[in-house]
Amino acid sequence: MLDDFMTRAALAGVGVALAAAPLGSFVVWRRMAYFGDATAHAAILGVALSLALHISVFAGAVAVALAVALTVTVMTGRGYAMDTLLGVLAHSALALGLVAVSFLSGIRIDLMAYLFGDILAVSRGDLAVIWGGAALVVGLIGWRWSALLTSTISAELAYASGIDPKREQLVLTLSLAVTVAVAIKVVGVLLITAMLIIPAAAARPLSRTPEQMALTAAAIGGLSAFIGLRAAYALDTPAGASIVCVAALVFLATSMTTNLTTKA
Amino acid sequence: MTLIAAENIRASYGANMVLRDVSLSVEPGEIVTVVGPNGSGKTTLLKLLIGAERPQSGLITRKSGLRIGYVPQKLHIDPTLPITVERFLRLPGGTTRASCAAALQKAGVPGLSRRQMSALSGGQFQRVLLARALINEPDLLLLDEATQGLDQPGSAAFYIQIEEVRQKTGCAIIIISHELHVVMATSDRVICLNGHVCCEGAPEIVSAAPEYRALFGTGTGGALALYRHEHDHKHDETCAHNNASQVKQTEAAE
Repeated sequence: MLDDFMTRAALAGVGVALAAAPLGSFVVWRRMAYFGDATAHAAILGVALSLALHISVFAGAVAVALAVALTVTVMTGRGYAMDTLLGVLAHSALALGLVAVSFLSGIRIDLMAYLFGDILAVSRGDLAVIWGGAALVVGLIGWRWSALLTSTISAELAYASGIDPKREQLVLTLSLAVTVAVAIKVVGVLLITAMLIIPAAAARPLSRTPEQMALTAAAIGGLSAFIGLRAAYALDTPAGASIVCVAALVFLATSMTTNLTTKA
Repeated sequence: MTLIAAENIRASYGANMVLRDVSLSVEPGEIVTVVGPNGSGKTTLLKLLIGAERPQSGLITRKSGLRIGYVPQKLHIDPTLPITVERFLRLPGGTTRASCAAALQKAGVPGLSRRQMSALSGGQFQRVLLARALINEPDLLLLDEATQGLDQPGSAAFYIQIEEVRQKTGCAIIIISHELHVVMATSDRVICLNGHVCCEGAPEIVSAAPEYRALFGTGTGGALALYRHEHDHKHDETCAHNNASQVKQTEAAE
């Protein structure tokens, strides 16, 4: 079954969608969209470093994404404005990554594959990494769910319940770095934030509780991956971008339904 | 037996000393109000009491097994986060439906459990926060400017509710506020805070104290005419707030 490249691609897409759904919900609730973008852009530097050092792209991307995310977290505590810092770090890391890639003599790497993803070239090994990473993220967020939710609503309420919101923030940062690293192959660094945010935002009008929103986001994300791939195959369009387009259409549909019901 | 006691607490942000040599203790069943102007260290004191921050020096002792219920300042829940009142009350876990319903009843808003948090009015929202604080049957309730954003009748009604909660559950209550006139009636003891404890005692004693009047009497000018005390006095020379450097420090803390 895994011999078919379309099957592997579909499984990869669904794996990323599953990890992105609960994490993406927190990214939306905590207004961390730009944070996600910055982490993803920085991952390109990780890709370049891993190619130079002959280590796995996944490990390199996780390491650099995590380093950037932690630097931002620490430095915002010292009075820098968050968006300025993110802008500086994300784009410096992206630029540095692009420059570093050009120094890699001998290897001609397809930069486009990392910027926009190459889901149709997912191997069995990639699939194992993607599902392993997704399981780690879902497990981590599932385990810390209530504590994360409490600290998202209010840091003071969390402290009063014996929860350390700073530790919960680290859980999210780590999950974000892992998700970015596994999603590079599927949608590429430029569209990772879309996979985090669009399904969660599309699920919002359909949900009454946080849990419903995360589950609905997973369903929407998985479905978008599946339909997007089919459409890409039929229309000969880029696969990662097609997945994001389908998710955007779902968002449009759900947000229009709510507008209609609130007006009625 | 004392529920919580702070002894000679000091706290500062950078070079800015926010609290110095603050001591206070709360006995079971007491209502203690902490008043002070903006920047007087009220919120810092509260964070120290709930354990969100540690004092630079000094000691905070809690009765072993002390259960604290905390009602924060008006809470902002992002509109992208869908959450029902019941789900909110059951965070972070270990709470039954029945105890949620009972807590809503105690807080004076029964039957809200299926509503969305975002659909509540200001008064309902604060009462849901109160219900959440009451769920684990606390020995001590902490209210941080809990009536901010409520109008005068709204906050008066809220404090009557607090008084009722105390009568029913017997818990001690610390209220942090800058609007003394509403809080006063229900308090057993008032602590006037401005970096340090300026004065302390029964509400009538504090409102008559020159230290209190120095902080609240002349600072608000004509607006204070609305309240029952008059500010026809001069500052007592012994009051630290006449000291110019003191005033500067207060401003810097804001």
